[in-house]
Amino acid sequence: MKRVSWPCSAPGGNGEEVGLAAGPADATRRVLIVPALFEEANRTRRLLAQTMRAAAAQGVATVLPELPGCGESLAPLDRQSLASWRQAMAFAAEHFAATHLLAVRGGALVAPADLPGWRLAPTAGALRSLLRARTIAAREAGRSETAAELLVAGQERGLELAGYKLGPTLIADLEQAALPDAPDQIELTVGELGGEALWLRSEPGEDAHLALALAAHLADAVG
Amino acid sequence: MPNDAAPQWTLADDDSDAQLRAILRDILGLKPAQTAAFDVDSGLFGALPELDSMAVAGLLTEIEDRLDIVIDDEEVDGEMLETYGALLAFVRAKRAR
Repeated sequence: MKRVSWPCSAPGGNGEEVGLAAGPADATRRVLIVPALFEEANRTRRLLAQTMRAAAAQGVATVLPELPGCGESLAPLDRQSLASWRQAMAFAAEHFAATHLLAVRGGALVAPADLPGWRLAPTAGALRSLLRARTIAAREAGRSETAAELLVAGQERGLELAGYKLGPTLIADLEQAALPDAPDQIELTVGELGGEALWLRSEPGEDAHLALALAAHLADAVG
Repeated sequence: MPNDAAPQWTLADDDSDAQLRAILRDILGLKPAQTAAFDVDSGLFGALPELDSMAVAGLLTEIEDRLDIVIDDEEVDGEMLETYGALLAFVRAKRAR
């Protein structure tokens, strides 16, 4: 597993973005892993690292980029949009000569649609969850906030949700987001893979079986 | 997932009960036997430490995604989240519409 960077002109960034890579440099199968969004990216980090190591053992190269503004990226999150994330993932796919793609959860919203591969439990609901978490917490604290009011304010000035500072464009993008059609990307569910939905848990732990099942898909000839 | 241990009220004519137990299992990281033991009075929000406001938000969004319903802000209150029975009744009523 090694740290990698690639040229990427994300808003407010320094001209390059960062990620992790595993597997042989000369692999013919090269999989771009587009991470889940926000807290789900943290919850699935270990799962994806285990998947990358298991795929590497089968001769598959993988790269797990950070979305600009997230993780180890130097770019500010509040200047990003779905378009800047989409562009960053397209740059990463090109730089690492990706032949396939694994989009995790909300990552499916920003994954290159033209690469064949897989979508793991894709969702367009990231913003709904963040807004809900905030309104529920507010209610517990005796304040009244509605998702509708937060959305209006957020699309004007941006909004901090669960510790993530989201700019007005990203909020507007996520509010309207729908999963794009990607006929060459096969949808994977934990039910089929025989694993656990770690991204839904506040205490995700790990699931070695799910990592192996994912790696097996990455190593199979599809597309 | 009606089984011998489950009380009669779970044996309804839709799969809401099974789906809701599966979602709670995924979110709370419980074993099937643990969610199978949920009954109408089992406490949820406020009773389970794993179920904080972030987890409740994830729970509601997952219910929407898997059961293809839309839950409005105004419909979410402490009562509906207090027990398994209340949440199941809410989900059933939504799906019946």
